[in-house]
Amino acid sequence: MPTLTLIQAVNDGLKVSMRQDESVLVFGEDVGPKGGVFLATEGLTAEFGKARCFDTPLSEDGIIGTAIGMAANGLRPVCEIQFQDFIFPAFDQIVSEAAKLRYRSGGQYTAPMVIRTPYGGGIRGGLYHSQSGEAYFAHTAGLKVVIPSTAYDAKGLLLAAIEDPDPVLFMEPKALYRHEKGEVPEGHYTVDLSTLRTVREGDNVTVFCYGSMVPVVEKAAAKAAEQGIQCEVVDLRTLLPLDEQGVLDAARKTGRCVIVHEAPRFCGYGAEISAMIAENIIEYMEAPVRRVTGFDTPFPNTLEHHYLPDERRVLDAIEEVARY
Amino acid sequence: MQIETAPEPFSVIGANGDVGGHKVTLSDEELIQCYRTMLTVRAFDDVCMKLQRSGRIGFSVPNKGVEACQVGAASALRQSDFFFPSYRDFGMALYHGVHPVEMMHNMFGNNLDAARGRQMPVHFSFTDPIKYFSISSPIGTHLPQAVGAAYAHQMRGEDNVTLASFGDGGTSSLGFHSALNFAGVWKSPVIFLCQNNGWAISCPSDEQTASDGFAIKGAAYGVPGVTVDGNDVLAMHQAVSEAADRARRGEGPTLIEAVTYRMGGHSTSDDPSKYVPKETLEEWAEKDPVKRFREFLTVRGMWTEELESEWSAAAYEQVNSGAKEAESTEGPRLETIFSDVYAELPQHLRRQGEAAFDLAKRKGDADAGGGAFPL
Amino acid sequence: MVPQVIQLIDESGSAVSQLPDLGKDRLRAMFISMLRVRIVDGRMLTLQRAGRIGFVGTSTGMEGAQIGSAAALKAQDWLWSGLREGGAAVMRGLPLAEYVAQMYCNANDTAKGRQMCNHFQHKGSNYPSWSSVIGTQIPHAVGAAYASKMRGEDVVHSVYFGDGATSSNGFHSGMNQAAVWKVPAVFVCVNNGWAISVSAKAQTAAETYAHKASAYGMPAARVDGNDAVACYATMQAAVERARKGDGPSLVVLETYRIMGHSSSDDPSKYRDEDEVAGWIAKDPIQRLEQYLTSQGFLAEGEREKIEAELLAEIDTVIHEQEAAAPMALKTLVEDVYATVPGHLKRQYNDFIEVAERHGDAQPGDGAFPL
Repeated sequence: MPTLTLIQAVNDGLKVSMRQDESVLVFGEDVGPKGGVFLATEGLTAEFGKARCFDTPLSEDGIIGTAIGMAANGLRPVCEIQFQDFIFPAFDQIVSEAAKLRYRSGGQYTAPMVIRTPYGGGIRGGLYHSQSGEAYFAHTAGLKVVIPSTAYDAKGLLLAAIEDPDPVLFMEPKALYRHEKGEVPEGHYTVDLSTLRTVREGDNVTVFCYGSMVPVVEKAAAKAAEQGIQCEVVDLRTLLPLDEQGVLDAARKTGRCVIVHEAPRFCGYGAEISAMIAENIIEYMEAPVRRVTGFDTPFPNTLEHHYLPDERRVLDAIEEVARY
Repeated sequence: MQIETAPEPFSVIGANGDVGGHKVTLSDEELIQCYRTMLTVRAFDDVCMKLQRSGRIGFSVPNKGVEACQVGAASALRQSDFFFPSYRDFGMALYHGVHPVEMMHNMFGNNLDAARGRQMPVHFSFTDPIKYFSISSPIGTHLPQAVGAAYAHQMRGEDNVTLASFGDGGTSSLGFHSALNFAGVWKSPVIFLCQNNGWAISCPSDEQTASDGFAIKGAAYGVPGVTVDGNDVLAMHQAVSEAADRARRGEGPTLIEAVTYRMGGHSTSDDPSKYVPKETLEEWAEKDPVKRFREFLTVRGMWTEELESEWSAAAYEQVNSGAKEAESTEGPRLETIFSDVYAELPQHLRRQGEAAFDLAKRKGDADAGGGAFPL
Repeated sequence: MVPQVIQLIDESGSAVSQLPDLGKDRLRAMFISMLRVRIVDGRMLTLQRAGRIGFVGTSTGMEGAQIGSAAALKAQDWLWSGLREGGAAVMRGLPLAEYVAQMYCNANDTAKGRQMCNHFQHKGSNYPSWSSVIGTQIPHAVGAAYASKMRGEDVVHSVYFGDGATSSNGFHSGMNQAAVWKVPAVFVCVNNGWAISVSAKAQTAAETYAHKASAYGMPAARVDGNDAVACYATMQAAVERARKGDGPSLVVLETYRIMGHSSSDDPSKYRDEDEVAGWIAKDPIQRLEQYLTSQGFLAEGEREKIEAELLAEIDTVIHEQEAAAPMALKTLVEDVYATVPGHLKRQYNDFIEVAERHGDAQPGDGAFPL
């Protein structure tokens, strides 16, 4: 089995999908001859031609708006928003159109499409190349929100997303694009949406995370193990619809939970996990839930390594929850 | 540095119904269908206004004044073409054979409405006999969608066109900018029909933009723009036919500005007397599109008082019986809140649905039907 | 109707039309500013390659467009920038030290290291902070121009953006509002041929970028962007039009981005080197140099002397900025609101406790009193 980086796995997934389904097409800013600013779409124009992988004018509203029309008319668009920070001009098309089309037409028209977008910090991208906006979208009924953290999942989830009958926002942790490597099967396979992945098993503390925070949490969990604290590490993978039963089972297993994401805390995704635990299994809890998140500030540049939750902050929370 | 100016609108039907040297390409049967559709739109407006005023439906938008735009454009297109209409395009659906009762199901938001009463009235969605794309309330969002649908036609090598219809206010929307730009670059088989009806709710079209008219906006995107008399069915038919031919030949999109006038309010919730000058309204009443088309039919010997009475009665009969049927159709069931959010019902919605049904059962809400969540 | 491209000095450096009366000193000042842009860009690129700074978007090939047009603004006018107007900012008063501090994103940076490199601001010369998100500054300029108009100020707002930005939301809404409101604004589209890897031709089907003004009832002009004097003269006319209350206009500067979009971009993947070579031959600096020399405004070999001075100038500044103090950690939570709210103080205090334990904090980074 070949070993691929996360971004190579995305690229491979796109190729596999485009080879087996002629209705799949890829477009966005700079995805053509340049192959995308991160090279996720490298080689697609060469292999599939300009009609199926091409550059658009600089308009996110246009990219998503046209994708909806393509999807409603029998194509499977996989469009790219160059940075998640640039998605907001298309917020209307995503939230009010793609996500609601099935509902508002009683299923007469649908928008099966994928919006791929790199998110998160770690590349010194400052305020506008670093944001983690998953909470805006996880609040949107009708949309699916998927965030892989491994090369294997990136390809399998991407293929599942492309084949899904509903619109999927596929957020790729750009910090892991080249740092995350793993074995990836050749050809077609899928990873079911709405299933979480147990990264590491443990009986003392459960840590929920996703995307770029998964390797950070893994390192913290390894450190915690040195002190005898065994962590159950859960990669949520699909934020909407969430594997709720899986989350509750994992939380109940230890009764001590930490939630980690790099997005700001207030009304962040972690709040939903925390509320679910409080509403459903509070009687199993041995300690208050702790969240380790980005600050409730815009994303900085020079001090980004302090903004991003790191191994130390995660470990601190694990220790505190374990000791409680 | 100069500012460009717009040409006079193109028209076919002149004074007293005379078409001068213009050739009429529609058959007699089609001409009558155009006229009868306009009468049906008027009847539909009239009935809906009464239904709204008596509190039986919540909302409607009057089409009075813009019927020629709708019908002229629709008559130039095939049933296999894809319509991306605005909320004020009733005549496009009716011309192509959507029955008034189908529209009434939406006006009443009942269980036979395609949207199961989830949308406001006038937000139609049809797939048969034409593809009439589900209407959205935010302005201009459907324009890039129409371009995307056209891309699918192009990619499959079909010669279908898409029609994107919107108002003068819609030209200020993001959707207009991105759609025209993408369509220009992609040479999309799209007809952009801008119905300049003078008003975006209460904003007059000359405060919407500083450009001289709206057709000129095509220049920004390399899309040819034409200005048409929107109260003239035959001019509309010709302009849209030519644009459709261009599109089918692979020569790309056209922007058509139909100059017309919204004779009613924006909607049943709007009081236009607050902002529409009376004199302008009177001026446009003279140019009424139905009267204008009737004059043309009279000259051709295709219209009489008797026919008018017969057609009008038939239109009212269709609309009234449609309203009656829709009103007596059962309302959407509780589970339709949860269905069609996704293709498959996810866990969290199932739980929410079950809780809603359980509560309805315990509180004795008969609508929820027995208390078991059926999805 | 395709508007003529305005050119006053041809590619050989000869005047082909009546030139504005700029005089020797202003022409030389423009020339030096253009040279400074090139020298500073070169130095920044070296620093980036050496890993000292993170990102550079150079103006190579576009110095004439930027400096020539901005030279037509008065001190009280505003310049709403895109990525590549830092050189114009320096000409208008941004201290070179602040420029370099911003490139280092260090503690001397007036934006406190929160923005990426190459995102300048200078309040003193009316050069607002820029966002990486394309086209958002355009409606901002229109609103600011509305404010100036409402207060009856003698202030014109210029707003710079690239060819790609004409597809953005901001362009559409900004241009439309500006024309309806007749605000004192000048829209400067620097058509440098490329929006990252998307060519100006693939960006729109419009015949020229000047045609876009028709959609908004606004006049437009096209200028040879590598002719700094033509850029000056055309901009001057547009600015004066706005100043008189006759409303906004669009000025399209036709030029070329010789380098990649940024230090992170490899343009050889998507464009033909011959095209680049053709534009290198139209170098705006060389053109002005030839003209100045022909007029006796620049002595033989003087360019090299000026370049040496500019190099010394930038190297001194770089040396100083390398020695900047570390960034105060409290900047993480400051300036989100006018005052730091309770929840951010608590978040910071939790954070600093861990940082101090690991020896990361400096004196002064301590907790907020709650």
